[in-house]
Amino acid sequence: MTAAVRAEGLVVTLGGTRILRGIDLEVADGEVVALLGANGSGKSTLVRALVGVVPITAGRVELFERPLGRTVEWRRIGYVPQRVSAGSGVPATAGEVVASGLLTNRRLRLPRRYAAAACAALDLVGLADQANRAVRELSGGQQQRVLIARALIRKPDLLLLDEPVAGVDLPSQQAFAQALTRLTEQGTTVLVVLHELGALAPLVRRAVVLRHGAVVHDGAPPVASPEHGGDRHDHVHPHPTAEPPQVGTAPEMRLNT
Amino acid sequence: MSINDLTSMLTDPLMQRALIAAILVGLAAPVVGTYLVQRRLSLLGDGIGHIALTGVALGWLIANVMALTPNDVLALPGAVVAAVVGAVAIELVREHGKTSGDVALALLFYGGIAGGVLLIKAAGGTSANLVGYLFGSISTVTSTDVVMTVVLAALILVVGVGLRTALFAVSHDEEFAIASGLPVRTLNVAIAVIAALTVTVAMRVVGVLLVSALMIVPVAIAQLTARSFRGTMRLAMAIGVVVCIVGLTFTYFQDYSPGATIVVLAIALYAVVAVARPLFARRPWHDPHPDVADDVELARERGEAAPEDQEARR
Repeated sequence: MTAAVRAEGLVVTLGGTRILRGIDLEVADGEVVALLGANGSGKSTLVRALVGVVPITAGRVELFERPLGRTVEWRRIGYVPQRVSAGSGVPATAGEVVASGLLTNRRLRLPRRYAAAACAALDLVGLADQANRAVRELSGGQQQRVLIARALIRKPDLLLLDEPVAGVDLPSQQAFAQALTRLTEQGTTVLVVLHELGALAPLVRRAVVLRHGAVVHDGAPPVASPEHGGDRHDHVHPHPTAEPPQVGTAPEMRLNT
Repeated sequence: MSINDLTSMLTDPLMQRALIAAILVGLAAPVVGTYLVQRRLSLLGDGIGHIALTGVALGWLIANVMALTPNDVLALPGAVVAAVVGAVAIELVREHGKTSGDVALALLFYGGIAGGVLLIKAAGGTSANLVGYLFGSISTVTSTDVVMTVVLAALILVVGVGLRTALFAVSHDEEFAIASGLPVRTLNVAIAVIAALTVTVAMRVVGVLLVSALMIVPVAIAQLTARSFRGTMRLAMAIGVVVCIVGLTFTYFQDYSPGATIVVLAIALYAVVAVARPLFARRPWHDPHPDVADDVELARERGEAAPEDQEARR
């Protein structure tokens, strides 16, 4: 089986501080891996280094067996950064932001049917009717979903997500978990930075835990600490429990047209 | 102002050339301005303008040394070269040291204007020769200038409009653009180069001191009403063309500076739109997230007294 992501001896130094101290990581095609760790452990930096956003001091990165650079098949890779503040600058609609995800090193202009593709990608994250809304009018959770749709529009084989549900409202979290479930069922490889497993717990088979820029655990997802996950810890919600995502009966991914 | 006046204006070759230049500048400047506003580099045009001034003076100096006539024949080419070199240098500084970029930009700006004044003296001219470039001199546009304006404006529009989504992508979210394999540096340099070309094209119309206004103010107006990036750009282009034509026409009949008139007109339009916008808002208030559940339950809704009511009863 080919490796979707391979990092060997990855060292990243930012502003004189060594953030990553020799990371070895391999994610096989079709795996769903969570990247966990405390604030400042380097998990965001790791994902950003994997896609070339932060410079690599030492070591090497391969995406689908191609060294990081121009030869990488960027069309197969969908990166979702942590939410950027969208409240300033020139206005842009959700559809425009999502459509920009169609561009890669091989394509600098939009294809003809980009608007339909943008609507289909927004539909995957539950924002089908919001394509013409200005992004800055959307809630934080909806903005985050727009960024996810921007990564999904190119139908990636590998999704790299940086805290996709941090500070996101509950309906958005559920919509996101459903979309991700559907994608992983179709074989999409996922590497997701998380603060806690939360709604994604059923999907994650393997967890990589970072501490101070080094891998300290690689294997089964850790169990939540007792105060949150224990039998005697009762979560009280002021609204009825939302229906769980219906994995078995999920409709066909509509983007595949 | 009668029809005859307008006819005489439109048949005046001087005015014809000026109008062509003004329309092209009005069209091209907001295209670049949209990207600059998006990347929060609204003042980049100003900086490039200062550097272009050194280019103008350098052109004079070279023309003098080569004994060319008229002595400003190389002024515009000099400005183009200096502006492009300066803009690319600013972009590379921005890319490398984001913290020290601010000071580096300041050095370039002031070096540019001081260099221009010194070089024009060395070329045997005076600072007065630069005034036409500082404040624009659209009435002195020659046919050669018009040809150059057409070529440069076409280049700006082809790159700025043709690569709109790619340029939007790098301006909107550079990280994502890198992670898409887009040639981010090339696209950034492309924006810097078309910004530099716009400055030199607009220099004759409004002058380097007001170039930025023509790039930024139409975008600022369009932003007030548009929702999309494409809509903002189109509206800004339309506004740019209209203020340039109206301003130029006005100064054909009244003896005011065309550049300053165009800019004042644009700013007045901004003020009007900013004031009038709330009056024309379709809905004064609407729930932006009607489908989001109300997951905060208030005591008052449950029929209990809210804390502040209890407070009041005491």
